[in-house]
Amino acid sequence: MATVELTFSALPAHVRTARLVATAIARRTGVEESLLDEVRLAVGEACSRAVEAHRAHCPGEPIRIELRDDAGRFEVTVSDHAPSDEVQQEKPLDLGMLSDSFMTGFGLAVISGLADDVEVFPTPKGTDIRMSWPAAGIPTS
Amino acid sequence: MDLKLDHHNEDRLTIVEVEGEIDVYTAPRLRELLIDLVNKGNFHLLVNMEKVDFLDSTGLGVLVGGLKRVRAHDGSLELVCTQERILKIFRITGLTKVFGIYASVDEAKEAHGKDK
Repeated sequence: MATVELTFSALPAHVRTARLVATAIARRTGVEESLLDEVRLAVGEACSRAVEAHRAHCPGEPIRIELRDDAGRFEVTVSDHAPSDEVQQEKPLDLGMLSDSFMTGFGLAVISGLADDVEVFPTPKGTDIRMSWPAAGIPTS
Repeated sequence: MDLKLDHHNEDRLTIVEVEGEIDVYTAPRLRELLIDLVNKGNFHLLVNMEKVDFLDSTGLGVLVGGLKRVRAHDGSLELVCTQERILKIFRITGLTKVFGIYASVDEAKEAHGKDK
């Protein structure tokens, strides 16, 4: 099992870096090209959500991403240290219900629609979002 | 790639050209532009997304915010987008039912003209 870990300060500018790293490792791990856009967007959403949560609760704390090649799956876990508010947004069809600020539940809905497999572990001390996609394995050369 | 923004007026439409990535870092610039356009009396906006490489829920939130602002003035905010990877996020969130989405600027202009 190969693992890459990345920690970054809770700054919006770093979310793009996290997306790029995740996409590069997904490609290296053997995730199909057609799924890479989904990996990029889902990891970006998870990191954006974590950055917003940290900026509100603990701006000095870093956000951690773990990327693993695990038994034919490419698995990404994004961990934050902000207390979970467990906001669950229903399908946002009512314009009046939407705001132009970042919507936590909205981002989670996007992740759920993109990742092959998603688990969210909210706790009072932070949230882990684990996502995975099928992968062919690390090439030998 | 960073975000590039431009806009120009054609008849009663304000066409907003967006190029690059719209995410949690760059979306505030698009939000500021949309607010500025509305504050200056541009209530019929057409956002051309054909050169957008990446859009996340923060960007969607900004577009929704813009739509709410123009609707407060009986205006419109419509999109030009044919990229499947961008359209997918609109479908996942159900926002294809909220925005008018066209295949080209000309198609949007024609549809807009018929509404008048």
